[in-house]
Amino acid sequence: MIAIKVNGTEHRLDIEPETPLLWVIRDELGLTGTKFGCGIAQCGACTVHVDGEATRSCGIVVGDVAGKTITTIEGLSAESKHPVQQAWLAEDVPQCGYCQSGQIMAAVAFLKEHPKPTDADIDANLTNICRCGTYVRIRSAIHRAAALMKI
Amino acid sequence: MSVINTQISRRQFVVATASAAGGLAISVALGDMADAATIRPQTFGPDTVPNEINAFLAIEPDGSILIRSPHNEMGQGAITALPMIVAEELECDWSKVKVEYASPTRNLRENNVYGDMVTAGSRGVRMSWQMLLQAGASARERLILAAAQKWNVAASDCVAANSKVTHKATGRSLDYAALANDAAKIKLDKEPAIRTPDKFKLIGKSVARLDTPHKINGAAKFAIDTRIPGMVYAAISACPVPGGKLKSVDDAPIKGRRGVERIVKLDDAVAVIADRYWRAKEALALLEPVWDTGEAGKTDSAQFAKMYRDSLDGPLVNAKSDGNVDDVFAKTVAAGGKIVESLYEAPHAAHAQMEPLNCTARFDGDKLEIWVGTQSPMNALRSAAATSGLKPENITINNCFLGGGFGRRGNNDEMRQAIRVAKEVGKPVKLLWTREEDMMHDRFRPQAAVKLKTALGADGLPVAFDARIAVGSIHRSSGNPAAASSEVEPQAVEGIANTNYKIPNMRVGCVLKNTHMPVGFWRSVGSSQNAFFMESYVDELAQAAGQDPYKFRRTLLAHRPDFLGVLDKIAEKGDWGKPLPKGHGRGIAVHECYGSIIGQVSEVSVNGKGEVRVHRIVAAVDCGHVVNPSIVEAQIQSGVIYGLSAALYGDLTIKNGVIQENNFDQYEMVRLADAPKIEVYLALSGGKKWGGIGEPGTAATAPSLANAVFAATGTRVRNMPLKNAKLAGAA
Ligand code: FES
Ligand code: FES
Repeated sequence: MIAIKVNGTEHRLDIEPETPLLWVIRDELGLTGTKFGCGIAQCGACTVHVDGEATRSCGIVVGDVAGKTITTIEGLSAESKHPVQQAWLAEDVPQCGYCQSGQIMAAVAFLKEHPKPTDADIDANLTNICRCGTYVRIRSAIHRAAALMKI
Repeated sequence: MSVINTQISRRQFVVATASAAGGLAISVALGDMADAATIRPQTFGPDTVPNEINAFLAIEPDGSILIRSPHNEMGQGAITALPMIVAEELECDWSKVKVEYASPTRNLRENNVYGDMVTAGSRGVRMSWQMLLQAGASARERLILAAAQKWNVAASDCVAANSKVTHKATGRSLDYAALANDAAKIKLDKEPAIRTPDKFKLIGKSVARLDTPHKINGAAKFAIDTRIPGMVYAAISACPVPGGKLKSVDDAPIKGRRGVERIVKLDDAVAVIADRYWRAKEALALLEPVWDTGEAGKTDSAQFAKMYRDSLDGPLVNAKSDGNVDDVFAKTVAAGGKIVESLYEAPHAAHAQMEPLNCTARFDGDKLEIWVGTQSPMNALRSAAATSGLKPENITINNCFLGGGFGRRGNNDEMRQAIRVAKEVGKPVKLLWTREEDMMHDRFRPQAAVKLKTALGADGLPVAFDARIAVGSIHRSSGNPAAASSEVEPQAVEGIANTNYKIPNMRVGCVLKNTHMPVGFWRSVGSSQNAFFMESYVDELAQAAGQDPYKFRRTLLAHRPDFLGVLDKIAEKGDWGKPLPKGHGRGIAVHECYGSIIGQVSEVSVNGKGEVRVHRIVAAVDCGHVVNPSIVEAQIQSGVIYGLSAALYGDLTIKNGVIQENNFDQYEMVRLADAPKIEVYLALSGGKKWGGIGEPGTAATAPSLANAVFAATGTRVRNMPLKNAKLAGAA
């Protein structure tokens, strides 16, 4: 049995410890907002927070997060009210949307470290792939979110 | 005249008035958008509902208005823009609009009432705008008639606005909801005329996208998110050499593994069935299938590149032949005039849409239900019928949000596999490709080689042009029987045979050659390589003529004011001709495809190590009319980034018949660090033009980039990707 806490709920799972966290979140817990894009920690579509840190969940096994606190996109805020989500909404960032859970989770963690980011900070630290090419709006939305968080 | 304003608050409507004079004027915020139109996280619903006015529209007792979108949402904004067109004529309250996909099964039953439903070829608005305006207008007229009959007044004395019909003389009014049942029974003698663009009220506004609220919290349902009772998972591996067959496979290595149920053998693939995807995928990796790969298993990319180059020597079939090309070449040579000849090449490109292909299939007696993300639901329906042996009317295609399409999701390969596997297993199956499977079994952009030759007159302008094109046939590869015997296909020669440059003598020859690699429609299709060839080459001609590349293009396009509008816009906004730091360069390109003209000025720098950095891309587009400026801006940005990944990094190599770059560690993508500033401007010519917007942005990117690299370094790049080019560092 492996115990993990996801979005505030404790789960005790009878599962192989080497299962990537991604598949536990999606298939065991049914939280499908976290996406599979590459499976090799390259694209960031599967980004979640493990003890507050942005983590590519395809690249970490569930055995290694036992006892830790995990937040997925579904647990980020009630009613999509997190400033990053609000900024994403205001800028109409998503296109196909498939990468966006990961983009948002990565941006939330990034803004904690860089509350007043420059474009250069954004470019150097955020490496998630968006195949639809929403990067220009992602940059604007991060600046907007930073401003919202200051208020 | 302003760049499209992206600062859209959902509580504000940015009113953008597109004007034929060019550019976009943003005026003031208006109204309250707190209750914008909506779509549910799941895109599909029952194919018929009570209270329908027509197949596109139902007005419910609570006043909400269901609009069905004949095209799907894969990021391009269709489910926002297309309902806007219906709502434009319907005169309804936009906040009451709910959107769902139209049903392919109903389309079949009702004689293609939704058109072909194909979401490809940038055709959403381009092909459907009249049909959608008509659907809205027709419903509005019937609602007015229903009210007029109730009041016993003339219909011409009534007006419709904001989901109400009002009798002008008395001020009486009725909500659409109260009229819907009567309106549904009314048959019009003749369809009302649709309104002209000068009357548009909703069209032309940057209305917020309907799908955004579900794409910021993980709610949007993609096919991969399907979960149905009793479902098992399938991981699948097709023969790594496309076209190869499965000889044998032993399931002993996975017997007794936790959750693993069995294997399923298809003629060209093996699948493992398990209670969890991860267990299926892990077990699959333990199998050692034996494949019959035939001769294809001995091939490599260098050999294919040579084959395409050698094919240029002919024989070729003419796609176009105007004037007397050979004579003019001979005369030019005799007179000591200039001849410019160049060989260009392009490799395969992979779609690499973000959501790997997947499909869930469930049989229930003689019924079949499918959950998939398809760009071609009608083909999916027909193909599901053929694969399952069931009647199409007994099949439901639940089309979901698509995690990217770009042309990959039109073939339904994954659906046919899921149907076969589910049939054999006797349970509902979710079948999912890994990224590696997705990249190795893409239907790639065809490989190509072209030779372009031009004779320049004394004034430096081209007098004769000869193009020889060798490229893979998409029609043959996708088994399109009608087109498979044709020796020239439109996408092979598009952007070259139909070039708008004025050249008096022209010949374009083509030879179609296929390898075992499946090829398909990749965002902007033939234009993605042909615009690179042609627009890089036109730069070479300008250079040979000693002329400025922008002015040279202007001269050759003087007969096309729409092209000039785009060229002038990018030259102005892109600071054409203004000084740049050492090692920097600007490149220009202009191209027409999918009914739109796209122009771009790219600004790059190349450092001492020959590394390219893209700083800024300024784009202008003439798509004639704009439904939603914010979506147009996003699509051009999107197309540019897509083109940029391919132009900078997109290299696919084949060894022993197998694609080597099969995940993002080897098939690099542009990320934020490489994403330039992108400015998008409109240069609308209006009139009859209603151009597409999903693809043009991709086509102009590679050539404007290559031309900028030339400006920065003096090195002409004639093959993609740029990362393979040996660039002299900054002079
Ligand atoms: S799926 Fe985890 S990084 Fe791509
Ligand atoms: S929005 Fe489609 S991949 Fe990012």
